[in-house]
Amino acid sequence: MEFKLNEEQEMIRKTVRDFAEKEIAPKAGPMDEAEEYDYSLWGQMAEMGLTGIPFSEDYEGAGMDNLSYAIGVEELSRVCASSGVLISAHTSLCSWPIYNFGTEEQKQQFLVPLASGEKIGAMGLTEPAAGSDAGATKTTAVPDGEEYVLNGSKIFITNGYVADIYVIIAATDKSKKHKGLSAFIVEKGTPGFTFGKKEHKMGIRASATYELVFENCRIPKANLLGDEGMGFKVIMMTLDGGRIGIASQALGIAQGAYEEALKYSKIREQFGKPINSNQGIQWMLADMATRIEAARLLVYQAAYLKDSKQPYSKEAAMAKLYASECAMWVTTKAVQIFGGYGYTREYPVERMMRDAKITEIYEGTSEVMRMVVAANILK
Amino acid sequence: MKILVCMKQTFDTEAKIAFDGDGKIDNKGVTMIMNPYDEYAVEEALRIKESGEGEVTVICAGGPKAQDALRQALAMGADKAVLLETGEVDMDEYATAIVLAKAIGELEYDVILGGFRAIDDGSAQVMSRVAEVLNVPVVNVITKLEIAGDKAVATREIEGGSEVVEVALPAVFTAQKGLNEPRYPSMKGIMKAKKKPMDKKSVSDLGVEVAPKVKAISFSLPEPRQAGKVVPGEPAEAARELARLLREEAKVI
Ligand SMILES: Cc1cc2nc3c(=O)[nH]c(=O)nc-3n(C[C@H](O)[C@H](O)[C@H](O)COP(=O)(O)OP(=O)(O)OC[C@H]3O[C@@H](n4cnc5c(N)ncnc54)[C@H](O)[C@@H]3O)c2cc1C
Repeated sequence: MEFKLNEEQEMIRKTVRDFAEKEIAPKAGPMDEAEEYDYSLWGQMAEMGLTGIPFSEDYEGAGMDNLSYAIGVEELSRVCASSGVLISAHTSLCSWPIYNFGTEEQKQQFLVPLASGEKIGAMGLTEPAAGSDAGATKTTAVPDGEEYVLNGSKIFITNGYVADIYVIIAATDKSKKHKGLSAFIVEKGTPGFTFGKKEHKMGIRASATYELVFENCRIPKANLLGDEGMGFKVIMMTLDGGRIGIASQALGIAQGAYEEALKYSKIREQFGKPINSNQGIQWMLADMATRIEAARLLVYQAAYLKDSKQPYSKEAAMAKLYASECAMWVTTKAVQIFGGYGYTREYPVERMMRDAKITEIYEGTSEVMRMVVAANILK
Repeated sequence: MKILVCMKQTFDTEAKIAFDGDGKIDNKGVTMIMNPYDEYAVEEALRIKESGEGEVTVICAGGPKAQDALRQALAMGADKAVLLETGEVDMDEYATAIVLAKAIGELEYDVILGGFRAIDDGSAQVMSRVAEVLNVPVVNVITKLEIAGDKAVATREIEGGSEVVEVALPAVFTAQKGLNEPRYPSMKGIMKAKKKPMDKKSVSDLGVEVAPKVKAISFSLPEPRQAGKVVPGEPAEAARELARLLREEAKVI
């Protein structure tokens, strides 16, 4: 067993950290405040190849492994969780299923512009009545000649409106419940595909979250991803990988908040000495560091398993469960260490605390993660 | 067009400087970076190459860790790297220049770039010394560079303004901030860097004798900054008191 990153993994960390600190960090607070992402950053990330990290060069990807991808999302999220989820949703939820299940034509048509960053990706599964229970999907796709006709709506879709390419889950046979689901690729601008309301959120406020509406939206049959009835498999496998991305996001948020708290604890003086000379503060910092390290090992292990083509569903769920709860805990303690200053928008830790919460909810809540882990260990 | 870039690995600009038991600067646990002025040099070399054709070789005299800086340059797009392993000797500017010039002498070159100074010792000597040993012209602190055939036109910073000079190639140019905006290494670049040549040569391979002429005797840290003073009271009164303090205590007005 070797606990050592290789050269390119070290280098992606250094490069993305440098980029994130210089280019993203100064904008993270203002973007959160404005509830608007500055997509000039997307252009920069595309130029650096951060929009297609784990895909082969044949499709304009960087040809890196999933561990490098995890490190990339971690480093972005360390300064700006909205940037982390932008890349994570684009890569894991939209590009990856096309990479894994797409035909060669679909990869050329959709994956190439996604990986190169020419286009942004999103994925729509969740509906008002189908959250944790994906089998309850009401959106339908009915074949009609050379096309499918989509009807229904999706909510809470990350990168909604800004994305050009959407992987959409719809029922092709409602009677079969989850076995009757199928996955489709839908392009922005297709007649009948519009956007509903933008969500105003507690955290990751710069990340666009939209409702998608399909009204007699006709898409070519060639846009079916995998076979009819394969939608549930597509989504479950996609979410397994996506959870590594969100776990990395949570890890990055926790790391960022911990570093802020550590720094502040050295300079803030009360009772004539730095607050970190109190054991009470020291223990908080020690627990933060320990939990973050544990989370990191789980996240990297899940990525490693994926890279080495071993089963990783359980480990990805464990990593996401632990890392997201770690992020919530660490950010809460970070605000505590900052005292009243931490509660104000003068310092980034309150944003990090708001951002951390979503990692316990999307791509499967903590309860659903426990269900996945339990199902794996009880089978 | 053969372009060489000399570079140095330095402490991160935010590194905290501390001394070891022997009173020397302790580099344990310190994050190392490519000297920022050398980054401008690498970027400029890549732009010259991209605007026509050419090959960029990056050269560093240093320890094994300096490979990280070279690899960064390869990931940015340089073609080849040369590490000149200096071993345990405390190099001065003279010795570094001798080693670099010797290695450069064995290569083909039209343009040699480097940072005008390193952010650590800040002596701003090495590149000029290299030029001297190689017997080629040097243009220092440039903020713009245009290559046309076997000539170059460079804009350099001078006191209170700038100067445009023309020089025949080969020549040495030292980069100042403002020359360009260095790119970040791309992910593809990071993957490609692994396959690019990294030539390692020891000083004895080069057949030069390293005989530094200058020796650092001691190092000291600047005095810690004194705490500031707050002048309380009504604005008009406080301003009067502040003016008095500035005149009588600080003696600055
Ligand atoms: C900001 C944001 C971005 C999102 N981005 C996307 C996206 O890009 N694409 C997409 O498709 N979706 C997205 N989602 C949706 C997200 O994945 C869902 O909100 C999430 O899966 C939970 O579904 P729900 O909100 O309907 O909650 P519900 O499923 O209604 O759950 C409510 C509560 O009940 C618990 N619960 C549910 N079932 C069980 C059970 N069997 N046992 C125990 N507890 C249970 C849950 O854990 C939760 O605590 C996003 C959501 C948000 C808020």
